[in-house]
Amino acid sequence: MTAPNSTAGIFPLDKPGLLQAYRTMRTIREFEERLHADFAKGDIPGFVHLYAGEEAAGTGIMMHLEDKDRIASTHRGHGHCIAKGVDTSGMMAEIYGKVSGSCRGKGGSMHIADLSKGMMGANGILGAGAPLVCGAALAAKYRGDGGVAISFVGDGASNQGTFLESLNLAAVWNLPAIFVVENNGYAESTSRDYAVAVDSFVDRAAGFGLPGVTVDGLDFFAVYEAAGEIIKRAREGGGPALLECKMIRMYGHFEGDQQTYRAKGELDDIRANKDCLKMFTQRVMEAGVISRGELDAIDREVVAEIQEASAFAKAAPLPTAADLTTDVYVNY
Amino acid sequence: MARKISMRQAINEALDQEMARDPSVFVMGEDIVGGAGGMGEIDAWGGVLGVTKGLNAKYPGRLLDTPLSESAYIGAAVGAAACGMRPVAELMFLDFMGVCFDQIFNQAAKFRYMFGGKAETPVVIRAMVGAGFRAAAQHSQMLTPLFVHIPGLKVVCPSNAYDAKGLLIQSIRDNDPVIFCEHKNLYGAEADVPAESYAIPFGEANVVRDGKHATIVTYGMMVQRAMDAAAALAKQGVECEVIDLRTLSPIDWDTVIDSAERTGHVICVDEAHPRCSIAADVSAMVTQECFKALKGPIQMVTAPHTPVPFSPVLEDLYIPSAEAIAKAVKKSMAH
Repeated sequence: MTAPNSTAGIFPLDKPGLLQAYRTMRTIREFEERLHADFAKGDIPGFVHLYAGEEAAGTGIMMHLEDKDRIASTHRGHGHCIAKGVDTSGMMAEIYGKVSGSCRGKGGSMHIADLSKGMMGANGILGAGAPLVCGAALAAKYRGDGGVAISFVGDGASNQGTFLESLNLAAVWNLPAIFVVENNGYAESTSRDYAVAVDSFVDRAAGFGLPGVTVDGLDFFAVYEAAGEIIKRAREGGGPALLECKMIRMYGHFEGDQQTYRAKGELDDIRANKDCLKMFTQRVMEAGVISRGELDAIDREVVAEIQEASAFAKAAPLPTAADLTTDVYVNY
Repeated sequence: MARKISMRQAINEALDQEMARDPSVFVMGEDIVGGAGGMGEIDAWGGVLGVTKGLNAKYPGRLLDTPLSESAYIGAAVGAAACGMRPVAELMFLDFMGVCFDQIFNQAAKFRYMFGGKAETPVVIRAMVGAGFRAAAQHSQMLTPLFVHIPGLKVVCPSNAYDAKGLLIQSIRDNDPVIFCEHKNLYGAEADVPAESYAIPFGEANVVRDGKHATIVTYGMMVQRAMDAAAALAKQGVECEVIDLRTLSPIDWDTVIDSAERTGHVICVDEAHPRCSIAADVSAMVTQECFKALKGPIQMVTAPHTPVPFSPVLEDLYIPSAEAIAKAVKKSMAH
């Protein structure tokens, strides 16, 4: 059954927009849960940091962006990549270290990038993306192309000097740069309350002369609306801003993390009551604008897409010895 | 048409001509215009040693004074380069790399490889290097070996005004990240420099003196000292070939090996500390590639394994001298 099309007065997006948001969040969740299962089997080399549970934030922000807009991501970058339009098969093959991967198997999970989509890379160095985003924003301002650039950091990396310096630089140059603090409560195993001296990241923004806003990062609509205002303002020359999204990661810091730093029952509570995808589904279904059947149809397509990505990655060829020394320089 | 101009003017001219040629070139750094936001002269300084003086008037909006915030603005230069611009970022002193090294060696240098060959990061980072300015331990180091060690970076260190202009123009046009090292004691040194634009390719050493008895391999300010040593030795009948590497990464191994095979005596002169230096690097490669041609042990003449001292008497002892170079030539030839 197809639900009615009008969302006016209820949601800030039209129905195709809502369906797209659901598809993106659902794709991220499926991608990450597939990785979680395959990592446990020992199929995947190296470190993998999952974005599951945080989909509403990345999706709510990225739905305002075009390819010309740049983002710099974190070590937990799969969700940002998918929301920015990076191909899931290329991503999956990259995570498997295959030559068909987004980065020919040379980057892996922590360095997936697709510059053609404005995705300047997941980054293994915490806080390193903020200065890069200042540069991307500077380039957009210099060209006058109306582009914006968005830096993602966790609550932990918000303590890095690079991040704090970048807030100042973006403010003094009035750059179209946005700094998103994805506050999931933990820097690896260390809690945000222990490691961050201020109560609100908005206070930090104020200290550098930037407007800041805190939203419930589990609420797609809250993120979407707050990000929309900030991004619009930056595009129009209004300068940088900080957006804090309070969110929750459903898995450990990395795959294999036993999460003994969490309170007893914390994970069960997250699964039952703090799942951003469930919350989104509930909202749109209760409002009667999207039916279960419509969501189920998307689910089937997403499951098939990720199944295909996984099969592609597993079957893809490995790099050869000849690949070891290529791509270091443009010419040397 | 060539005129005699200083290395300072040659670098200024290279920036000027590249900014005129390519609108994606812009320059950023601390005090490169000088006077930003103040009540006085806007173009007050033109860089702490006046290298960028006058450019702001010609290219308004394309010279950006930065906050004192090296990690942020060097990273911004890297990010802008990854987005299709050609930034020239001035770090003032290469010693300051300590506060922003991540943006250079983990970001700029690795983008191309990590992203599977899909990224280009045409950023130039200019910085002063070298001792002899009485600037003490944190403003005087020759840190070239740190950067040569990193795959993905190119490292340039000119010895004179002519090379400085041609190599800087090449650096700006190059599509890889370049660390451009300017010896602060060479800014005033004059040479014949063509007024027109020209680029000197990377990886081509300059044989600045021919000789058949020994090969001195060096770069930067040490080139003149090697030439002084060679002149002194020539009076004693010893003819030294002096090779100015000009670029340290890539490096012109062919010219070095060819000369070593002809002379059989190799002296590596480096203003850097001895361990893991350019001198040690060249020594190892020459030993591996032409061991049988060697007639004596390769000699390294370097700064000592100490920080750069302040007291002028100590600093003068710290910097390798022409006498030390001549002595090393004789030591090799005694075998």
